[in-house]
Amino acid sequence: MVNGKVGIVGYGAYVPRYRITAEEIGKVWNKDGKRTGASLGVSEKAVAAWDEDSATIAVQASRTAIESGRINPNDIGAIFIGSESKPYAVKPTATIVAEACGCSGNLTAADFEFACKAGTAGIQACIGMVASGMIKVGLAVGSDTAQGRPNDALEFTAASGGAAMLIGEGEPLALINQTLSYTTDTPDFWRRQHAEFPTHAGRFTGEPAYFKHVSTASKRLMEKVGTTAKDYTHAVFHQPNGKFPVKVGMDLGFDKKQLEAGLVTPLIGNTYSGASMVGLAAVLDVAKEGDRIFVCSYGSGAGSDAFDITVTKYIEGKRAKTPVRRMIEDKEYVSYATYAKFRKKIKDLE
Amino acid sequence: MRDALPLVWREIPERYNLIGSTCENCKQEFFPQRLICPNCRRKGNLVPKKMPDEGKIFSFTQVHSGAKGFENETPYTLAIVEMPNGVRVLGHIVDAQPEKIEIGTKVKAVFRRIFAEGEEGIIAYGFKFKVAD
Repeated sequence: MVNGKVGIVGYGAYVPRYRITAEEIGKVWNKDGKRTGASLGVSEKAVAAWDEDSATIAVQASRTAIESGRINPNDIGAIFIGSESKPYAVKPTATIVAEACGCSGNLTAADFEFACKAGTAGIQACIGMVASGMIKVGLAVGSDTAQGRPNDALEFTAASGGAAMLIGEGEPLALINQTLSYTTDTPDFWRRQHAEFPTHAGRFTGEPAYFKHVSTASKRLMEKVGTTAKDYTHAVFHQPNGKFPVKVGMDLGFDKKQLEAGLVTPLIGNTYSGASMVGLAAVLDVAKEGDRIFVCSYGSGAGSDAFDITVTKYIEGKRAKTPVRRMIEDKEYVSYATYAKFRKKIKDLE
Repeated sequence: MRDALPLVWREIPERYNLIGSTCENCKQEFFPQRLICPNCRRKGNLVPKKMPDEGKIFSFTQVHSGAKGFENETPYTLAIVEMPNGVRVLGHIVDAQPEKIEIGTKVKAVFRRIFAEGEEGIIAYGFKFKVAD
């Protein structure tokens, strides 16, 4: 047990309104986009608008979390923003979120980077600070406007979105029973300083990277808390595409029904730091008191953070006003040209 | 390049959280913030007050010839939004097809980029409006 009291006291997600289909991306590069999308298990992806970035997404998700949890922003003592698409290379996004959420200046804040798992690393930092009594409530956000090099396989999945989790004690909507991480130096995906797009190691991102870290962290956490896959109502894994999370889940003994509620990448793409947290938010939208949730993130580079969570009776009063699935359904399709403009892939745009 | 840093910083409360003013004497609310109450003059006492984040479109226009710094965003919609407290605020309407925008349409404030000072300058964030659910 962490301490039997720390949990999620508010949550919120944000998915931009615009979508581009895999078919539309394929057209530009003379590829069968539908087939490529099907092979990745992603039919379309969420595209942030011209005036959205990882900071605006983080603010929208955090405001929803504060509203759903009915948290006084002045009680937030720490803000950690996980992202690999920061608007500024040097200048924290966390301060923008703090100010836009009406927090007092009495807090610590920082931006975290660990590829797709920086958001869950923020959750762990908040758990430690709350459990030790350093702060009353901590805000951890995973938010990205993910980059994918044009005509790269990543372009079919790299999407925009994010989620925020408020961590605290006292009437949590879900208790965090335990968390455990597994980390090694595995260079499967990176973006060098000043490089515009990330580079990935193709198939190497699978077995020695994603599957090794997610399955190791997951198995070790279940061993530590004495559970098996059957003890959980829902399971959420990092979802870089629609296939990896299903395969790792099945390998660990989960069935498709347990994975269903938290699997959102097939419809919005990979929101990088947001991916596993948006999945968790989608699960919290439908979870009932007593449901046990298994979450395991993955960040290239590489590492996984696994969480064992139990939903409490306070969930009913603290659900997010706009469920993730409704944000997914509220969409407008854009052409590749509009997508290239929105994401500033056309040179000379900023 | 606009050298807007002091202005961007000074306007953070207004732009991020719609912080306006209210007069403790006559109770009228204002946005943007004012230093002197036009009703009460020296008898008035203005204090910061957060405006509601929802309102209705009072009037709107579609801009096809964008202002400097907004040329690449055309066409965009600017609207005067009337808040429940009677205060009217000017802002962009985002994420909406033009046919969904009418006088009286309910909108809510969202947090967006307003402009960026070139590739290396400051990014100004603030409120825009989106059609409410």
